[in-house]
Formats: sequence, C-alpha cells, structure tokens
Amino acid sequence: MEIKRRDFLKVAAAGGLVAASSAHPALAREPKERAKDAVGFLYDSTVCTGCKACVSACKQANEMPSSFSSSDQLWDNALDGDSKTLNIIKLYKDGTGVAKDREKDGHAYVKRQCMHCTDPACVSACPVSALVKDPKTGIVSYDKGNCIGCRYCQLACPFNIPKFEFEKAFPQIRKCQLCDHLMKKGEFAACAKNCPTGATVFGKVEDLLAEARKRLQYKPGSRQNYPVEQLGGSVKTERDVTPYIQKIYGEKDGGGTQILYLAGVPFEKLGMPSLTETSDAKRSETLNHTIYKGMIAPIVFLGGLLYVVHKNTKDHK
Amino acid sequence: MSEESRPLGGNVLTKPFLFFAGLFGVAVILIGIRYIFGIGAVSNLNDGYPWGIWIAYDVVVGTAIACGGYSMALLVYVMNKGEYHPLVRPALLAGVFGYTLAGASIMVDIGRYWNGWKLFTPWYANINSTMFEVAFCVMTYTTVLWIEFTPAFLQGIIKHKDKLPKFVQGWKVEGIHKTLNKWLFVFIAVGVLLPTMHQSSLGTLMYISGAKLHPLWQTGFLPLLFLISAITMGYAMVVFESIYSSIGFKRELEMPLLSKLSGIIPWLIGAYLLVRVADLLWRGAFGMAFQFNKYALAFWIENALYVYSFIILLQSANRSRPKQLFLAAAAMVLAGAVYRFNTYLVGFNPGNNWNYFPSFGETMITLGIISFEIMAYLYIVKTFPVLPKAEHA
Repeated sequence: MEIKRRDFLKVAAAGGLVAASSAHPALAREPKERAKDAVGFLYDSTVCTGCKACVSACKQANEMPSSFSSSDQLWDNALDGDSKTLNIIKLYKDGTGVAKDREKDGHAYVKRQCMHCTDPACVSACPVSALVKDPKTGIVSYDKGNCIGCRYCQLACPFNIPKFEFEKAFPQIRKCQLCDHLMKKGEFAACAKNCPTGATVFGKVEDLLAEARKRLQYKPGSRQNYPVEQLGGSVKTERDVTPYIQKIYGEKDGGGTQILYLAGVPFEKLGMPSLTETSDAKRSETLNHTIYKGMIAPIVFLGGLLYVVHKNTKDHK
Repeated sequence: MSEESRPLGGNVLTKPFLFFAGLFGVAVILIGIRYIFGIGAVSNLNDGYPWGIWIAYDVVVGTAIACGGYSMALLVYVMNKGEYHPLVRPALLAGVFGYTLAGASIMVDIGRYWNGWKLFTPWYANINSTMFEVAFCVMTYTTVLWIEFTPAFLQGIIKHKDKLPKFVQGWKVEGIHKTLNKWLFVFIAVGVLLPTMHQSSLGTLMYISGAKLHPLWQTGFLPLLFLISAITMGYAMVVFESIYSSIGFKRELEMPLLSKLSGIIPWLIGAYLLVRVADLLWRGAFGMAFQFNKYALAFWIENALYVYSFIILLQSANRSRPKQLFLAAAAMVLAGAVYRFNTYLVGFNPGNNWNYFPSFGETMITLGIISFEIMAYLYIVKTFPVLPKAEHA
C-alpha cells in the first residue's frame, strides 16, 4: 500500500508540475495574425476637429438611444462610451489648451470605440461564443442570443469597450461592430462615412497601415493630400501636416488591432492603454492550454484518484 | 460511518435562526427588485467594475471557504488518513451549501440567466474560455457534493423510517444506500479532481485582465496560488467551524484531532508564501509592496494574516490551545479571503476614473445568502447525522 501511494503521489506531482509550469514554450498558443482582408479604419487625431459628426452618425446607423448627462435631458451628451454610445470623441487638454496637438498647453481629440483586436480578449473570454471574430473581415461581433450576461468580456477587454445594460431587466452587451450590418449592404462604417475631415478613414488594415506609415514620413508644414471617408475613394482633402508622434497605435499594441491611430500627443495622454505586443488572450489561453492540453493531466489525475480512493475506502470498511 | 455521526436534535427556530431568516427576507425582496428593474437598481456594478462582491465574495471566497470537503477528502481518501473521518461529513455539508449558494449568487449576478444552459451545449461552449471551465466545473462539483452528502440523508430516513409517511416507508432506501456506498468512491475521486481544476481556474480567470490587475497580484502563478490557498482555507475552515460549533452547541472540543489536522496548515502556508514571494521577486514586482498606496497596504494586510497564522501554527504547543488554534485558523481563512478580494477587486483598476464600492442592496443580498447558508446548516445538523458523535453524550 505504502509504495503504491507513493507511486500515486508521483503521478499527482507530475500532473501538478505540468499544470504549474505556466509558460512552457512548447505549449504556447501561436499569436494570431491579421486576416488578409481584415477591415478597420485609421483615426488621425491631428486631422480631427472634434465635430462629433461620427458620434451622431453612429447613433443613427445603429439606432442607439440618446445618453443624457445633464439634468435638462435635452441633448445627447454621454460623458464616456456607454451602453447607448458605441463611439465617442474625447478631448485631451493641458494648461491653457491653446495649441492643437501639443502636449503642453495644448489639446487633442481622440475617438474611442471597439478596436477590433487581431486577437480579442473578449472572444477568448466569452464562455458561450456570444462574441466572435469574423474570419474574413476580422470584425468582432456580438450575438445576444448566446450571451449569458456574465460580463467576463468587460473584465477582459483592455480597452473597456463592451458595455452592459445595468439598468434593464433583460440586458445585453453593447459594442461597436464596425457597422457590419452596413457592410452587408455594400456600405461601410458610419463614423468614417460621415467624417467631414478625413480624420477617420475606412479601409483594409493592410492599406491603412501603408497610409499611416506614409503620413509618419510627411514633413511637418508640408501640404499633403489626405483621403476622406475611405482609402481609394474619390473624396480627398489637402492640408498642412502637423507633427506626429512616430508611432502607429494598434499596429502591434495588445497583439495588434484593426483600428489604427495616429496622433500629435503621446497616446497615453489620450487615454490609450500601454499594452505589450502579446495579447492577453494569447497569454490566458497559453496558461489554460498548458494545464488542460488534451485533458491529459486531468485524466491521468482522475485515474490515479479512482485507484487510490477505491483502495482506501475499502480499507476503511 | 453512521456510528460516528449523529443529529444534534433540539429546537430549530432559535433566536439567531429567526434573525438570519429576517436578513434572508430582506435579500429576497432586493433580489426581486434586481429581476424587475435590472442589476443596476440594486448594485453599484458598472462598466469598469463589471464584477463586485457577488463574484468576489459569494463565488470566489464562498467556494474557497467551502473547500473543507475537498481538503478533507484529499486527506482521508487520497492520503488514507482514516482517523480524520469524523470531520469529513460536517466539512462536506459546508461544501454543499457553499457551492450551491455560489451557484444561486451566479444566477443573481449574470444578466441573461435564461441563456445559462448554453454553457452545457458543446456547440456554444468556448473551451478556450476560463469562465467556461470554471462554470462547468463548479456546476458539476455542486452536483457531486450533493451525491456525496446523500448517505447522510438516507441514514436520516432509515433511522426515522417508522415516523415517516407510508409511501416513504415503501422506498427501498436501504438498497439505494448500499448501491450508493458501493459507487461512492467514483464520486469521491471526481470530487477531488473538480475542485483541483476550478479552484485553480478561479485564479486563471483574472489572468486575462492583463494590465488592469495590479502587478502585486497579476501573475501566471495565479492558478497555483489560488489552488494552494483554497486547500489551506479548507483545512482552516474545518478547524474554525469545528471549534465554533463545539462552543455554539456546547459540545466537547475535538482537540486532539484538530491539533493534528492544523499541523498541515503551516506547511501549506509555507509553500504558498514561497511561491508568492519568489514570483514577485522574479517578476521584479516586489518593490511595489513598499510604495505608499492602497495596493501596498492591501498586500501587507493579506500577507500579515498569512504570516500570523503560519507563525502561530508552526509551534505545536499552540496547536493544542483552542484559543490560539481558533484565532490562527480564522486568520488563515481571512488571509485567503483577503487575497481573493485583492485579486478581484482591490488590485483591479480599469482606469478612466472608474470606481466601485458595494451598495447597500448588493451587500444585503450577499448577507442574505450567507444567512440562508447558516440557517440551512443549523437545520441539517440538528436533524441529520452530520456532526461527530460526542463521546460523553
């Protein structure tokens, strides 16, 4: 008996070791690549004038109700993204705020909505596949028919994007779905379509990245052509280039996103989280798969348990 | 088995029982409000802090406290320490209630409860999701716990058979009891596997929150730390409950057994603290424990409780002093609870000026659920053979 118990303990310890070695490279889940035809948009904070046409266009396109923060309840003025507001323009302001796109004594706008991550934490987190990523377009969409309302997606999202209807008896999660309902009709994201300045331009992520890289090469003060609404479309605008921070936010941040950002002030000032190039989804799934790969460790453990418990309960009788 | 446990008897409707019934009544009303007007009507949960005390306390701490049954099964049935057998049944009962009520809390907490069944359909289930693993395991284990506890009910029925209605007398209870006992080892084995899985996964659950969880708690070792501390909390809870119910029901203390059992706890705490500190040093996060902020404070409260329990229980003389034993066991349960609160709430910061503190309604619902647990425990130990038979009785 004694020897056999020791054998079992070895088995259990081995199972435990498999489970405990949290970052075994052989079991690490591969990072996810951007789909070739993934779509998104490029938001250029230096171009944005803060007119919020995208906010109202988003509400119309998605039939979202107004969100009031003033007591008169006369105008739609959400203080942040919420379950009624899938897209919002925010303002960074420092000191006198006089100069646009300047960190000190300046101001800058930032547009916030779902980033449509290459490797979304919400999709990895959702226990019932209510959040899925389209294999072709890469759009992360939500199906209320599956959702159990556990809000793990909210906890998981590094951008705090999924919003929950806490005020409703039969609530659902709300998030930007890149107007996938419009895409089915051959149109594209309402925020980009209705942006008068070209701050938000829709396109394939590959092309958006090329456009963003091109802009980072522009000499400040030079006059350049900026596409409006979408890349490769007919509408263009000419403007004087203002200095850029030499980074494309979303190119690699959090494993990459399909929404890309350019700005004149540091991204953390605009409230964008500082993320590593490894997505939280990859980290979490690697840890999970290390423990549960093929259910081998649990099955071996259960086998040992059945043997030992059977033997020991007999002994007790 | 029936020889070592016995119902306590006595009046069920005592004053404390009625007090808890009152608290439970308030909770029922508030739960009603939640179902009619939404989660926001009774709670301070928000888009930044989607999880509050219903998850952090009722589920994460609640099931860890309920790990006594699991920890004792490990000791008695896996390590073959039969001498601890009398402590299994009360621990199992606490487990049954802890887990069942965690399940009930989840039904209050999840927004779209009517879709809950989709967790159990392979085509909707997402096996990459830690939440799926936790939900599936907890549900299964709750069922297993009820099956493991069934012999106590069956023995109760067999004992009072003559007093029961005719149709119950017709049941072949003895036969069921015999068959169940024959196959009980399967449920015991599964009942050890499942908590090993989901108690560690309750740690993994927070891993995906990435940078939103403070580095003092965010680590790939979350599953191991959660597992060790859950097992330790299980033993501490058995000691705590046993001393508490001995005092409460004016029964003799089971001191020799409890002091021997509590000798395991410092080993487990030692292993836990070793992993905890080594991980912090390895990740270079230990320095954050010496900053002047709420995170460092929460970290030291948590670990001071661990260290206190460790130091007291390391000395064998203390383990045979009921008062020291009781305080050290309580400190250990509290340490695990604070660690869980820190990981789920205090150390969690979604940024953007979000904040959370439980509302009156939320707190009352949690208190009501705890009250129900206590009421059910009191009723069952007085009616069914659960607590060890007192030698002097």
